[in-house]
Parts: sequence; structure tokens; C-alpha cells
Amino acid sequence: MREITLSQAVNEALAEEMRRDDTIFIIGEDVAEAGTPFKVLSGLVEEFGTGRVVDTPIAEPGFMGLAVGAAMTGTRPVVDLMFGDFIYLIMDQLCNQAAKTHYMSGGKMRAPLVVRTNLGATRRSAAQHSQSLHALVAHIPGLKVALPSSAYEAKGLMKTAIRDNNPVVIFEDKLMYNDKAPVPEEEFLIPFGVANIKRAGTDITLIGTSSMVQVCEKAAEILSREGIEAEVIDPRTIVPLDEDTLLASAKKTSRVIVVDEGHQSYGITGEIASRLNEKAFYHLDAPVMRMGAMDVPVPFSPALEDLTVPTPEAVAEGARKLMSGELIHAA
Amino acid sequence: MAKTNTEDYLRMYAQMVRIRTFEDTANQLYLSAKMPGLTHMYSGEEAVAVGICEALTTSDRITSTHRGHGHCVAKGAAFKEMFCELLGKEEGYCRGKGGSMHIADQSNGNLGANAIVGGSMGIATGSAFTAKMLGRDDVTVCFFGDGATAQGLMYEVMNMAALWQLPVIYACENNGYSEYTATAEIAAGSITARAEAFGIEAHQVDGQDVLAVNTLAQDLVARARKGEGPFFIELMTYRYHGHHVGDINREYYRSKDEERDWKDNRDPIVKFRGWLVDQGVATEAEIEAMNAQIKQDAAEAVDYALNARYPAESEVDMHVYADIEHALAPHTA
Repeated sequence: MREITLSQAVNEALAEEMRRDDTIFIIGEDVAEAGTPFKVLSGLVEEFGTGRVVDTPIAEPGFMGLAVGAAMTGTRPVVDLMFGDFIYLIMDQLCNQAAKTHYMSGGKMRAPLVVRTNLGATRRSAAQHSQSLHALVAHIPGLKVALPSSAYEAKGLMKTAIRDNNPVVIFEDKLMYNDKAPVPEEEFLIPFGVANIKRAGTDITLIGTSSMVQVCEKAAEILSREGIEAEVIDPRTIVPLDEDTLLASAKKTSRVIVVDEGHQSYGITGEIASRLNEKAFYHLDAPVMRMGAMDVPVPFSPALEDLTVPTPEAVAEGARKLMSGELIHAA
Repeated sequence: MAKTNTEDYLRMYAQMVRIRTFEDTANQLYLSAKMPGLTHMYSGEEAVAVGICEALTTSDRITSTHRGHGHCVAKGAAFKEMFCELLGKEEGYCRGKGGSMHIADQSNGNLGANAIVGGSMGIATGSAFTAKMLGRDDVTVCFFGDGATAQGLMYEVMNMAALWQLPVIYACENNGYSEYTATAEIAAGSITARAEAFGIEAHQVDGQDVLAVNTLAQDLVARARKGEGPFFIELMTYRYHGHHVGDINREYYRSKDEERDWKDNRDPIVKFRGWLVDQGVATEAEIEAMNAQIKQDAAEAVDYALNARYPAESEVDMHVYADIEHALAPHTA
């Protein structure tokens, strides 16, 4: 199968969907000729014109709000939010307006839009361009949240997001835009709420999101050399969450680590761990372990920044502790 | 006087009375503790909603404010579904999930009231964007109060609307008070000048004069349809009640004399009624009959709504997501 980058995969998904449906448009800062700072959208304005690949002023709440109204009245906007950190700027329009339109209208109106943005540290971009804020969005009923972990996932999840009749936020990891993966030429969609078992194993389950899937896979390789067979699962979407697959794996292996690049406190790792504790408690041989980003603003200095994000070595070490019965908070 | 004009005038009068009657009835429901939550009265501002909405077709859209009953009535909504919504009943426009502050009526192009001050400015502009992108000729009117002119969102979307010549009309209902604070204390400079800074044609009009409002709105809507928008209107008006129904002791921010002066001398319904009689459009007896009929309609609708069913408990997790019947349905595992 041919291999393409995550950037190309997203670009293909958007182009294919825009050819299929005339009501889809892209809106955001520097999306047209510039094709975004990451060049993900290169070439789209040439094919679809400035009427459907719309450059905006630097006004995130404004174009997000505009997208909500457009979605409510018969179009399907894809909002390009240049950095995930700018989520803070659009919170009212995303959470008070888009997320609640369907509910507050008693099911009579809907806001089918996609916000495509990014997450991830270790680009030396410092505290306002490095955050992983998907948990903030996932907290709000009415929003769906997708976290692609490869070019293949990025394409399939984007196409599903665009066809979804709800507001969906897709967070791409900005370190992965140039990562290549096999992506079929023929059309495919990845359904929401279906986790992907990336690697089968029997001894411990590693649940990773976004780029942490790769971290978990590398940890699994380290562990495998030591005779520990880890199962690696990518939930793909955290809203909806494929609880069934996660529970089945937890019950099978009896030990779980959840790895995510959002801050550890009050985050996705806590949510997944808690669900497993509630629903698989008697199948577990150890508490579910959480590994998120440090609860600090992301520092600029490479020497400091690299400390803040879970690494394969750290995940492997956590797995060894769980396997050996050394509980983290043993009384 | 041409018959069509007569019908238009009488319909505008009736719509203003319907709003006032709806509000008086809603106020009574609230004061008698039959209505849950809180509500914000539109009484005094009827000529604004009616003057503008009478210039729109059903497929034209509006966005509304937390003081939104007037816009909803003016855009064609029915009393029964409105009172059901205010009381949280199943037959309400939003199946009881929106209430007073979120009432919407998609069947008449009302994209909904909004409890975030200035929160709907993006939505209105996006609705106009849709019209332009899909080649429809509908116009969107964004209603908001003077208080919302302090929100940054308005300037972001006006900039885009002007750049892209979107068919949207920003209608600022300046009732003199931003919640519990005089507008003069929160708004520096001129409100219309703020729109003009973006090259948007702006007008100020007497919001108590339904014909003046309607004449201007007819013109601007027609021009917006032809792609000459956006436009901005500042409508000088007054709210008779407090910020919300519980805002009773309000002398610390506005005087009773001032309230009395607006009610006695500038009431939009009294003024228009006098004009209709003077012009021979309607007799006092015909107007009284119209008023009585509207009062009866409201009483019947309230009676119906008070006895209507609440939504079933199973509705609580419905409509969280489109295409998912129950958001909290248990997993099968």
C-alpha cells in the first residue's frame, strides 16, 4: 500500500469530502493560499476557490461563531483552529453555542461542524503553543472528540467527522504531520466509538491516545524483550468512548496504564481509569495507573520540556511496577 | 388608503399587542409562581421587533436575545407552543429544554434566544454566510441589546460581514440600560460609529415608532437581499420592566419618573393606535375587539400550557447528539 504523511491524509480527506458535498467549506486563519503554517491545506484553494476555503481575520471567536450559525442553517463548516491552545478563545461559541444547539432546541436544530486543531508538546513552542486541551472539550456534552494517531486514522476519522451531524473537534498531533503510514487509495471511513487494538497482548493493557499510541507501542516493544506482553489500544475517539473494548482488555490482562498527553490532573487518564475501576474492579490485579503530562505549563527549554511528556521508558517502568505488584500508593 | 397597507398596519398593531399581552401573561405566571426559572420582559420595545420582523419573510432568519419573547412572537410563533416552552412542557417549541432564555422557532426562521449577552452575533453572521455561499436570498437579522456592544465578538463578526458583504442586519435595541447599569456608563462614544468604523452603513431610528422602524427595515432588507449589506441599526427604545422579572426595586439605577414618562408619552402601542384611528384605518371599537381577542387567545394558550404534559423522564438524555437517541444509553457489555 502507498504511504503518505498525516498532512497529506488530512488534505485528501478534506478534498474528497468537499468534492462529494458542496455545502462543506473550510474557514480559518491562513487556510487559503498559505495552506496553514503546517501546509496541511496546500492546494485546496486552487481546487475549491476562496468561497469554500475562506481566509479570515485573526478572530477566533468570530469565525467559530460564524461557523456555528452557518452549520445551523445548512452548511458544513470545517473550522481550522491554528493551534489547540486557541481553544480557550472559542470556548463560548463551541461550548455554549454549538454544543447546546441540538439539546436546547429539543432536537429541532443541529450544528454539524468540525473544528480541526492540534495538540502536543516537544516542539520547543513554549507554554501557549504546546498544550493538549482535548479534555476540556470532552467535558462538554454535545461535542465529539477524535484523536488520530496516524495518517490512516487522520484520514478516516476526518471523513467521519465531516459527515457527522454533530460538532466534532479533531486534535492532530503537530509532531506527526510528516509521519508516514500506509493509507489505502480507495475510500474508507473510521467509525467513531470503535477502539483499535494496535497490538495484542496478555499481561498488561496500555491505553494510549494520539501520539501516546506510539509511545505505548515502543513501551510494549521494550517490555516484550523482557517477557512482558502488553496489549496496546487506541480509543481513537474519547467522545464517544469505546468502553467495551477497554473493559474487555482490562478484564483479560488485569493491569492497565492509561497514557495521554493532556495534563494528568482532572484529565482523560483519570476518566478512563475511573471507568475501568468502576466496571472491572474485581478483574484488576493492580490499580489502574495514569500517565499524563506534568501539571505545569509547558516550558520552552528542551531540557525541561522533554521531562513533561510521558516517554516509552517511563511507561515501561510503570508497567514493571504494576507487574511486580509494587503499588504506587501502597499504604 | 390601499387595502394592502391597511392589512399591514393592522397586522403590525396586532403583533405589538400580542407581544404586550404575552408578556403581561408571562409576568403573571411568574409572579404567581407558576413559571419556573427567570424571565426578561420585552414590554415597551414591541415596535422594534414588529417593525423589523414585518419586513422579513418566513425564510429570513433572526437571532434573538435573552429578552427574546418579542422577537419570537413577531417572527410568527404561536402562543400555545411559546407558553408550553416557558412552562417547560413537552409541546413547547424546544420540548421544554430551552425555556424563556433559549426559545427558538425554526419553522419561522427564529434561530433562538441566547442567554450569553452578544452570544448570537456569530450565529447570525454565519446564517448570512450560508445564504451567500448557497446562493439563497434570505436575510438574517441579529437582535442584541446595547449591553452586547461591549462584547468583542460583535466587532470580529462585523469586520467579516463587511469584508464579505454578507446579508446581515445588526439591530441594536438600545433601551438605555445594560442589565442594571445605564448605557452611558458602559458605552464610550457613539454606538453607530462603531459599525461605521468597519464601513457598515449605520442608522439610528426611534424604536417606539413602528412605522419608522418598518420603513427603514423594508429598505435595508431589500438592499441586503441584493448584496448591499451588511447594515447596522440602533433602535432607541425602553424596557418597562427591570432587567428581569425579579428586578423590582430599581430606583438605584433609574427613576420612577423616567419610567412613567416613557410609558405615558412614548408607548409604541398607544402611539400607533392613535395614528390608526386618526387615519381612519380602524375604529376604537375595532381595536378594542382586536385587543379582546388577543387577550382571550393568550388566556386559552396559558390554560392549555398549564395543563399540558411535562416531557417524559426518558427525554433527559435525548437530543444531546443528533442521530443518537439516548446519549446515556448503557453499554451492552
